[in-house]
Amino acid sequence: MKTIEQTTDEILNLAATHFKFPRAQLHPGDDFYKKLGIDSLQALELLTRLENHFGVELPDYEVQGVSDFHTLAERIQARL
Amino acid sequence: MDEYKGKTLSWRLSAGVVEVALNRPPANEIGLRMLEDLERFAVSLPALESKASALILYSEQKAGFSAGADLRELFEQAQKMDASSAAKGVRGFLERIHAVLNRLDTSPLTTIAAVHGVCFGGGFELALVCDLIIADKMARFCFPELRLGLIPGFGGIPRLKRDIGNAVVRDLLLTGRSVNATKALSVGLVSQLAAEGEALRLARLTASQTTKFDRATAAAAKLFIKPLPEDELHREIDIFCDLFKRPVVMESLRKFIENPGPYSHQP
Repeated sequence: MKTIEQTTDEILNLAATHFKFPRAQLHPGDDFYKKLGIDSLQALELLTRLENHFGVELPDYEVQGVSDFHTLAERIQARL
Repeated sequence: MDEYKGKTLSWRLSAGVVEVALNRPPANEIGLRMLEDLERFAVSLPALESKASALILYSEQKAGFSAGADLRELFEQAQKMDASSAAKGVRGFLERIHAVLNRLDTSPLTTIAAVHGVCFGGGFELALVCDLIIADKMARFCFPELRLGLIPGFGGIPRLKRDIGNAVVRDLLLTGRSVNATKALSVGLVSQLAAEGEALRLARLTASQTTKFDRATAAAAKLFIKPLPEDELHREIDIFCDLFKRPVVMESLRKFIENPGPYSHQP
């Protein structure tokens, strides 16, 4: 079973790759909307990529209000 | 008319397949303009059906298949009227969109929705009129209408009930959550999953397969296995119109239009 740190790391890697953002500049506490400069549709894309990557379902209501990578990782971790 | 380019969509007939491309920036919101183009298409459909085997419905907008009804237009139009006129206007729109979607639903052509990105609300309902949905793995499906104090009004519930189990319909409707294409495939909503950006290509391959079959036989089979849930479709319009009269709907629409927030793609 992955640790929360591993999950967070995979999320940061995925976000960096998909949005072509330097991995070294992404941190668990970052607001992904502001840091990546993404809008709501791009956030949905990220959600879909995370679901596909981790093999989980993340209902929208569970991630509404979530804007940092660490909390996102916690939501995913709870479904692994 | 074998080819047409409208304000919000275009179509062309090629090698026995009609391809209808939705193209209203930013996300194919379904308002009056798209309704008019769809009605124009419905008028041309009989002539196209005599020359084709299949129809593909897809989007040329990057955001996805369709984000649903044009809520801004709905709000702005309803605001200008008294409640009774707004209700009549909504019913009129619904009856027109139902007429077009029912016509597409019952076309003798094998119809395929090639879906990418957002397929929400009225956009989801548009995809549901098709016989098959082929979605790329980045597609998402959603009925967010309850957030506005409404139910899907373009025939979504009767069509979804026709296609998948009631428990899944309840999940989608009562939670308003979006589901990805992998989930949609697992519940039988999507018939084929494509790699990102490949839904249209797979739809074209599938459509070309249908050109090998006798059209009269395919049409008879479709008529047999895909009944139009007419009574429920009429009932859905009535329920929608009753709900629409409540103040909570205009308040929810106002809130969505004026403060979309980080989830601006859905109410």
